[in-house]
Amino acid sequence: MLTFVLRRLLLSIPTLLFISLVIFLLVDFAPGSPASEIPLTVPPEVRAKILESMGVNAPLHERYLLWLKQFFWVEPLHAFDATFGTSYSEGMQRIISYQSRAPVFDIIAQRIPQTLTVVGSAYLIGVAIALPIGIYSAYRQYSWFDQLGTFVAMVGFSVPTFFTGVLLILIFAVGLGWFPSIYDTTLKVTDWDSFVQQARQMTMPVMVLALYNAAQISRYMRSSMLDNLGQDYVRTARAKGMNERVVLLKHVLRNSLIPVVTVIALGIPTIFGGAIITEQVFKVNGLGAALIGAIHANDLPMVQTLTFIFAVLIVMFNLVADILYGILDPRIRYD
Amino acid sequence: MTDAPDTLERPRSQWRDVWLQFRSHKGAMAGLAVFVTLILFVTLGPLIWRIDPTYIDPDPVRMIRGRNQPPSWAHPLGTDQLGRDMLARMMAGGQVSIAVGLVAMSISVLLGTLVGVLAGYFRKLDNPLMRLTDLFLALPLLPLLLVMVMLFRDALARALGPETGTFLMIVTAIGVTSWMQAARIVRGEVLALKEREFVLAARSIGTPSRRIILRHILPNVMSPIMVAATLGIASAIITESALSFLGLGFPPDFPTWGRLLFDGVDYLQQYPERVIWPGLAISLTVLSVNYIGDGLRDALDPRIRGR
Repeated sequence: MLTFVLRRLLLSIPTLLFISLVIFLLVDFAPGSPASEIPLTVPPEVRAKILESMGVNAPLHERYLLWLKQFFWVEPLHAFDATFGTSYSEGMQRIISYQSRAPVFDIIAQRIPQTLTVVGSAYLIGVAIALPIGIYSAYRQYSWFDQLGTFVAMVGFSVPTFFTGVLLILIFAVGLGWFPSIYDTTLKVTDWDSFVQQARQMTMPVMVLALYNAAQISRYMRSSMLDNLGQDYVRTARAKGMNERVVLLKHVLRNSLIPVVTVIALGIPTIFGGAIITEQVFKVNGLGAALIGAIHANDLPMVQTLTFIFAVLIVMFNLVADILYGILDPRIRYD
Repeated sequence: MTDAPDTLERPRSQWRDVWLQFRSHKGAMAGLAVFVTLILFVTLGPLIWRIDPTYIDPDPVRMIRGRNQPPSWAHPLGTDQLGRDMLARMMAGGQVSIAVGLVAMSISVLLGTLVGVLAGYFRKLDNPLMRLTDLFLALPLLPLLLVMVMLFRDALARALGPETGTFLMIVTAIGVTSWMQAARIVRGEVLALKEREFVLAARSIGTPSRRIILRHILPNVMSPIMVAATLGIASAIITESALSFLGLGFPPDFPTWGRLLFDGVDYLQQYPERVIWPGLAISLTVLSVNYIGDGLRDALDPRIRGR
């Protein structure tokens, strides 16, 4: 197991390097240069100096290596300093956003809490809804509950999140006036009232994302349960006279959860990607909104770094899913 | 003697069997009906409803009076903030959205089949091509699509005109980022088929690889390809409207369903129907295509067919 994890970790290094190169080159081709952000009234020699100080004139490979160094060395070091009060990273250049001239990672650190509270709770709720639905519709295959579940799941992943979001705004914010349509990022939860307000503004984005996730995961759960319900060990368990509860929730469920857990792990990074749209609908000022804003403003370092973070998440959770599979399923031995 | 041929049943073709099985899937038939209706609506609709979707009244007074009209006989879905007819815009938008779905799906299925067949058939190519597929699967697709649109939209629009340029770019971008599933499925099928006797027989009489692939392998992997293609249309339509919804798709004067929805959000409180129609159209298209894909999967699976 340990050798497998080590091998996979080593293998993910070239993958990440390749992806970082693709992202860097793609973004670097952008026609919009940082020079367009400098006002035209600035004299040309000053403009040249500004550009030089931003490091845009350096050759491509130098900038790429510098970016990699900043991403993998300077920024973690800085985070270490910030946590433990040391000063190892002093004097090192961090990744600076063109837009705000602030370090990219500071902006990301500000944005992550919004994304995590909304997207994270949506994913948890989605999983919590999906599992019982999947279990019950597999147990009563082709019953009205199963048919309904199939239909709702089909609708859930066919209707795009930007439409469900807008529909919810229309019904609950415009029509009934229950929830605010815009997410207030500055709200701080200090007492019960502000907590209620936070819960109210989170309801709609969480509903949208939870429905979308639950639709997919409940399908996986159902088919995995169905695979296991037909197995011989289930018949043996029933023949021994175990009651249905134990058969279903102990024997079948444990075995069916193995593939579902890996699907859940694999879904986590795509949630960050899919949440871009939901964040845009409800104006949640999270990572997705940061990416869209950076794209519109030609903020290359921000776009590169954010896209690469999404890629790192995908590679990381792929690895987590593989490891989980090895831990949960004793039939799978990697060495 | 003369009656003998009648007692024998006519040999049934495979596609007839598939169709019979497909017909028994209620959801798939409903999906097919809805999808055909939507296609007729966007293709034949403009021939009957002959209002130009981009027509803005040149007379300023009439233009201002004709803005934001409620539904009437002259404009069954009302008019938008510039007095353009919404029904005509829905039809024009649907043409673009469905065309994007079909073309992007063709690109992704072609690429996926090519990679899958090459990787499955030629052992030397298997490892590098599958590593490439894994790399593509690890890319964050939506952010990358957004970046690609941002980079190449203006350049292509200048070179080919705003409509063709954007269309080509969006279609290629979606196609290039969505072929991986098809490639994996096709590779798996080809790997299994390659070991079968009929391929061995073909090879033993000296059939060149190219013809084995075209004559023996490809027809046998058609069913998973068709299912992947159907589901590909749905995801391509969703991706295109997501891009348009984020303001990074087609230019504003060029309606697609996603773009209409995006434009409608600004008037959500006053004119909610302007969001509902395009959203409903997208959802119905995707839902119907998904149901068709579901039915096709069952119909093309010989283990289920005939039960």
